[in-house]
Amino acid sequence: MSGDWPLYEVFVRSRGGLEHRHVGSLHAADSRMAIEHARDVYTRRQEGVSLWVVPSTLIVASDPAEADALFEPARDKIYRHPTFYVIPDEVKNL
Amino acid sequence: MYTQALDSPGKDPVAATGEAAERFQARVDADEKIEPKDWMPEAYRQTLIRQISQHAHSEIVGMLPEGNWITRAPSLRRKAVLIAKVQDEGGHGMYLYSAAETLGVSRAQMVEQLLSGAAKYSSIFNYPTLTWADVGAIGWLVDGAAIMNQVPICRCSYGPYARAMVRICREESFHQRQGFEIMMTLARGGAAQKAMAQDALDRWWWPSVMMFGPSDADSKHTAQSMRWKIKRFSNDELRQKFIDVTVPQAHFLGLTLPDAHLRLDEVSGHYEIGPIDWSEFHAVLKGNGPCNRERLEARRAAHAAGEWVREAAAAHARKLEDRAATAQHQERGSP
Ligand SMILES: [Fe+2]
Ligand SMILES: [Fe+2]
Repeated sequence: MSGDWPLYEVFVRSRGGLEHRHVGSLHAADSRMAIEHARDVYTRRQEGVSLWVVPSTLIVASDPAEADALFEPARDKIYRHPTFYVIPDEVKNL
Repeated sequence: MYTQALDSPGKDPVAATGEAAERFQARVDADEKIEPKDWMPEAYRQTLIRQISQHAHSEIVGMLPEGNWITRAPSLRRKAVLIAKVQDEGGHGMYLYSAAETLGVSRAQMVEQLLSGAAKYSSIFNYPTLTWADVGAIGWLVDGAAIMNQVPICRCSYGPYARAMVRICREESFHQRQGFEIMMTLARGGAAQKAMAQDALDRWWWPSVMMFGPSDADSKHTAQSMRWKIKRFSNDELRQKFIDVTVPQAHFLGLTLPDAHLRLDEVSGHYEIGPIDWSEFHAVLKGNGPCNRERLEARRAAHAAGEWVREAAAAHARKLEDRAATAQHQERGSP
């Protein structure tokens, strides 16, 4: 059996104004076929108004083993959140 | 639809040991999702590959019995609905193959396993669809049983499988309702139509009950799968739920379930059924059901007939690539 067609990741914009969201993947011979397959596989019930397809090999992902090193620096910077600051109740609109 | 605890041949999953395995189990216990690049025990990976690919094969083979009636659907409305339903099942197969591929198995490998007969798929699709009422019975009973099986998998510990299952479950409800509507129409029709509905129920009831797989006593993978949160309920628990919701629906239709022992236990509130003929189940799984050979032949023929299309599409893609490369060269003024 010959090899598979290239794998594409599929992203769907569900409504105007919203971002494209990853929904899954599929195989296609070329990018146009990928769009057509994505339409058939992921939007049979009006789930989207726009599609992105991206060859899976082009996606660079962070390594879960390095998640701590990547995200830990943000953990102790709670002063980045508004709730860090105590403001008296009588002060309004702040 | 249609995952089934097939308990197909294969070694018992061996529990992994060591620090990584403990951390993994702790994450599962905390209801965290496992994602493709995360560390996982090899047995977890293999169990999922087997289950998800069997599930995908079932969706694909499951298109055949109903596809048999597309050209003979009794009205344009029924035909449109049936085409949409069968197309959904193909879509379910696609979601699931994609989910399995995140575990490191290729699509080509899985297709090869199905076509060679090495892979299992749900036993239910090896029964024939003899009348139009069978299309109703399949939607009502087979998709109904599939929903019972699949809803808990939406919470499976493996992220891509759980997400595929959420999409699938969203689509299954239409499948079951259109089937019940067909049964209702026949049951309220003339004597011949009602007899057709009853005959379909007679033939599909027990195979549907068997879709949940062997009884818990004979189901060797259940405990480990539950620990890994791939499975949430045992085969018998799911079967009982299915029976409890389906029997009153049959009564509503005015049809009789083909089980002389069926009775409502007033104390527990559950329906009790007569003994299940497991020899039939095992015979069908082994390849000796009424349609096993026909189903595989149909898949092989479709695959072979599509070969030139796949080749042409690949050749076309190469041509486009070459053209794009040439155009780029010319733009840059290189030879
Ligand atoms: Fe399905
Ligand atoms: Fe279905």
